[in-house]
Amino acid sequence: MAEFVMPTLGADMSAGTLVAWRKKVGDRVTRGEVIAEVDTDKAAIDVEVFTSGVIEKILTQPGEKVPVGTVMAIIREEGKPTGKKVEAEVETKPVAPLAAEPGRLRISPAARQLAAELGVDPALLRGTGPGGAITREDVEAAARASLKPIAPSPSPIASAPEAAADRQARIRQAIAAAMARSKREIPHYYLSATIDMGRAVAWLAEENLKRSVVDRLLSGVLFIKAVALALREVPELNAVWKDGRAIQSQAVHVGVAISLRQGGLVAPALHDADRRSLGDLMRNLQDLVKRARAGSLRSSELSDPTITVTSMGEQGVDTVFGVIYPPQVALVGFGKLVERPWVVQGAVVPRPVVTATLSADHRVTDGHRGGLFLAAVDRLLQEPDRL
Amino acid sequence: MTQTQAEIKQAVLRLLGEIAPEADLASLKPDVSFRDQLDIDSIDFLNFVIALHDALGVEIPESDYPRLATLNGCIEYLSALETHGR
Repeated sequence: MAEFVMPTLGADMSAGTLVAWRKKVGDRVTRGEVIAEVDTDKAAIDVEVFTSGVIEKILTQPGEKVPVGTVMAIIREEGKPTGKKVEAEVETKPVAPLAAEPGRLRISPAARQLAAELGVDPALLRGTGPGGAITREDVEAAARASLKPIAPSPSPIASAPEAAADRQARIRQAIAAAMARSKREIPHYYLSATIDMGRAVAWLAEENLKRSVVDRLLSGVLFIKAVALALREVPELNAVWKDGRAIQSQAVHVGVAISLRQGGLVAPALHDADRRSLGDLMRNLQDLVKRARAGSLRSSELSDPTITVTSMGEQGVDTVFGVIYPPQVALVGFGKLVERPWVVQGAVVPRPVVTATLSADHRVTDGHRGGLFLAAVDRLLQEPDRL
Repeated sequence: MTQTQAEIKQAVLRLLGEIAPEADLASLKPDVSFRDQLDIDSIDFLNFVIALHDALGVEIPESDYPRLATLNGCIEYLSALETHGR
């Protein structure tokens, strides 16, 4: 038997509220499949299962606030003997009402995504799901009604501004907790390097001429790939700090900082970023940004990052001095791509340059290794066709 | 404004609304850059160009992106594409 537990989706999460099960007792589940929807302080999350088998028992019900690590269901793994028969009342147990927190919007990730696609404001809907949760059917019904949202009615669901303000406050609290922990526990050191982007910018322009609109690349994806490949040379930066020691990750899952429209940010993972083509990474990045802002990320995307990349050039920032997201041990920042005087073979020429910074955990690496890492990022960006 | 331009305007506003659902498009200033008025970044803008491509069947070279920076710019550029064929 395997336990399906409430995953930890980052340092800023201690519990999540189960919104809905997508499977029931007796259903077959496959590794990687989404089987539950959970609402956290920062986002609504689709939670995946990491064992293939059959759901033997469900232990938590929609509406329950579940601490991280709590067993939510039991799964009979494939090829393993059947456990004791599941009691029927598990399935028919009355659903606990969702806690009617004022201003809290109850909506599953799938329904939130659908609402975004159909242009429906979920905050104006009256949910018909457990405890007033908004379901896909509610969204579809609103969309059918000429895209006019159902008028707010006396219900646990707050008005749109209240719900948005509440969500924003929770996001800020979650970020505050993680960042305070980071600054309290992690002895940061910072390094920066100015990188000549002449070759990369020229290559990107030429490459995009060959690509159709849907396949074009942004410079941000070159940064992500360069970081991912540089980690092969300095793998100790691709790690998490756990139980007093650094544990290196074999896989490179780059967390990408994405600002949310209502404020705050999330940094979900681009899995195996070192092994993906630039086109593949670009498509994944677009999808990730879209889903992050629509509130439909997957649990593995929030729990898996082994390093974070943040790019703040569009805000006009020259240099990023990032705060590491625990339990990770490094963060790489990129500033604005700008034209600067650059000396080439004794002559001053204009060159597009970017400042790359490394924030790293001094318990794990020293400046020497950090410097090698930034040098590797620089070198990789000089050969963009090999990324 | 011609019928084509009105249709393009409507399409542009609809697609912007899908990308930035929180935006107050009714108060969008037509000659001020989208980025100065809406909370959109380069990925949003790329998605906007892709959406235009899908909705209007136009292939827009990257070098022309600056011409799509404002609502009036979009109308002018896209209606010229309509007139001269895609």
